[in-house]
Amino acid sequence: MNQERIDLIKLKLTDFNIVFTDITGTPAINANPKYIINICKILKTDPDISFEMLLDEMGVDNFKKGIRFEVVCSLYSLKFKDRIFIKVLLDDKNPEMPSLTILWKGADWYEREAYDMFGIKFTGHPDLRRIYMPEDYEHFPMRKDFPLLGIPDSIQLPNK
Amino acid sequence: MGLEDKLNNDGFFTSKINELIQWSRKNSLWPMPMGISCCAIEMMAAAAARFDISRFGSEVFRFSPRQSDIMIVAGTVTYKMAKVVRKIYDQMPDPKWVIAMGACTSSGGMYRTYSVVQGIDQFLPVDLYVAGCPPRPENLLNSLIIIQERIKNGEKQASELV
Repeated sequence: MNQERIDLIKLKLTDFNIVFTDITGTPAINANPKYIINICKILKTDPDISFEMLLDEMGVDNFKKGIRFEVVCSLYSLKFKDRIFIKVLLDDKNPEMPSLTILWKGADWYEREAYDMFGIKFTGHPDLRRIYMPEDYEHFPMRKDFPLLGIPDSIQLPNK
Repeated sequence: MGLEDKLNNDGFFTSKINELIQWSRKNSLWPMPMGISCCAIEMMAAAAARFDISRFGSEVFRFSPRQSDIMIVAGTVTYKMAKVVRKIYDQMPDPKWVIAMGACTSSGGMYRTYSVVQGIDQFLPVDLYVAGCPPRPENLLNSLIIIQERIKNGEKQASELV
């Protein structure tokens, strides 16, 4: 993605105070969770940018105080064949962000996975529940403070 | 004189009927294939034309637990799936045998993690463990033959020993 398109995106998104960074060669935007829906709407619907496709939405746990969790959304433009990452930084105590299901229906299960594995809540999600672990499981396995082999007796086995 | 001397009074006919029942049981072990993961492919290969499992009596793979004798658990069992496997096992009528096929069912296999049960013998009584990842079809046929010989020798199945 050349510098011209990066400048065009910066121009369209000046209201939102985004920071442009780089993840191993692909440009990335650090976004505030309050404005994420507006940013994604402009990126999706503007005909000069047109990132129509949401490829992936992942949770990240950087095990540090303050800004602990991140949600990284990967967008792709079919028209211009470009990729971009959007990083939403969330804090430790109450990681919450608006759900992207109003723009992309496919974000449904990605957000369920991020909720199941990290505990990140998505407001406005139609059906936020666990997808891999049993529904009444109490811990979040992919956090860095979860032991590798699990917590014994956290899931009951049927009797012998 | 005659027949009564030849027969010992302590149950000659009983043991013969016993052998007849054992013979009929061992030669018609209909499996309930609990094909969960990759070992199920090798189980299908054992049931297909080249390694024919119906040579040994397992003519049909009854996917109903009510109509089967032996449950072949093939594939990784997670904690979430363990309830389902146990429920199906409980629905099988006696006598029943269980084969734990592959590394994942014997001991958790390569998945030493929070979601995989480290061996199905934590919640099911297992008769025979088959090693391999996945075990070759001949290995599975050998395990079936071993269970048939155990039935012939009159050994109890694991569900009675628990």
